[in-house]
Amino acid sequence: MLTKRIVPCLDIKNGRTVKGVNFVDLRDAGDPVVLAKQYAELGADELVFLDISATLEGRKTMHDMVLKVAEQVNIPFTVGGGISSVEDVDDLLHCGADKVSINSSAIKRPELVNELSNKFGSQCVVVAIDAKQIDNKWIVHLAGGTIPTELNLFDWAKEVEQRGAGEILFTSMNNDGTKAGFANDALVKLANTVNIPIIASGGAGTVQHFVDTFKIGKADAALAASVFHFGEIEILELKKELRKQNIEVRL
Amino acid sequence: MNIVIVDYGTGNIKSIQFAFKRLGVEAILSSNPEIIKAADKVIFPGVGEASSAMKMLKKSGLDKLIPTLEQPVLGICLGMQLMCNYTEEGNTKGLGIFKANVKRFSNAVKVPQMGWNTIKNLKSDLFKGIHESDYMYLVHSYYAENCDEAIATSDYEMQYASALAKDNFYGVQFHPEKSSIVGEQLLKNFLKL
Repeated sequence: MLTKRIVPCLDIKNGRTVKGVNFVDLRDAGDPVVLAKQYAELGADELVFLDISATLEGRKTMHDMVLKVAEQVNIPFTVGGGISSVEDVDDLLHCGADKVSINSSAIKRPELVNELSNKFGSQCVVVAIDAKQIDNKWIVHLAGGTIPTELNLFDWAKEVEQRGAGEILFTSMNNDGTKAGFANDALVKLANTVNIPIIASGGAGTVQHFVDTFKIGKADAALAASVFHFGEIEILELKKELRKQNIEVRL
Repeated sequence: MNIVIVDYGTGNIKSIQFAFKRLGVEAILSSNPEIIKAADKVIFPGVGEASSAMKMLKKSGLDKLIPTLEQPVLGICLGMQLMCNYTEEGNTKGLGIFKANVKRFSNAVKVPQMGWNTIKNLKSDLFKGIHESDYMYLVHSYYAENCDEAIATSDYEMQYASALAKDNFYGVQFHPEKSSIVGEQLLKNFLKL
């Protein structure tokens, strides 16, 4: 059976991880390549690198990092952040990224999703959606969740699926950083709206939160950052518990 | 050993080259028929859409060359699907090495299948040291029907062929280059064939 996936996410600025990572005694915990290798060995199913560099120089560094990760890591990885054209994606895939994640650029120009899936195939096009529940409506936000749009989460998800997205990475801004659990109500509604895989993001704090997002939220994968980076949850232990609760995982 | 990865302008083939490098083997990328013919082992990759990939193969004449190769050939993902008889994707006639037909998963399941799935009914030396129900990484919307050329099967919507073999030709739907240590074992095994 196809397993549920556990996905650590690393924020990268100028080629270095941003948040401190101290889950294991590493010589250089700021080096994303070292970390990625470590996560692969510890049982992560795939990785997401989010580039938050604001400068052109920072972006170039990202290419070098992607190349090094591809060289050294034997599990799939997605690269997101600041991707806005077919050329950007071509460059990243050439460096060895397996998938790319687009967010604001897809909202600004939805045809980009069609262009990418036609040229590279749906399998490598992840559309990331940041949404916030306001007055019972899930409103899509852009630019790292700072600017509200007119879009509704479910309509937008349906649209990007039709345009050729291969996967949706949904971050609930209400849950992100709370460590109070994933937005399972919205996730299950999303799962009933589209027929492509969904990665749940935002709110992971305990092992039970992962159980719930797979069982109640019907998520295909769960992404988290700090609980993994700070060793609060060990991936292997997490997966053992998931299996105990009859959730299919790779062990 | 002389390993050649067929480079016909499709997909993320660098990942495969890197995977061999991690095993200490330098694989070269080439679309040159003479270089491919002279290789000890040939990798036939592919990511993307079937009909356009087949067009690119035809443009370089590789559609004629590949079925005549006599050394071990390993098709990966779309490479494997193109080695089949026919694929529904873009209504494309394949190279006809495997007699299996390739169909699209129905909407009864999420399409694409994305992630780690088990491989079962393992039948070839390609799987030496790999166990029934070990996991491989897959990303695909189309699948090869189960048939007597299957050397591994997986379950998604139904049981389908996740690996095929005929004579010196092997095809795998999963990505060994992205399948952690199990995938590495498969690549090592291929080098020993």
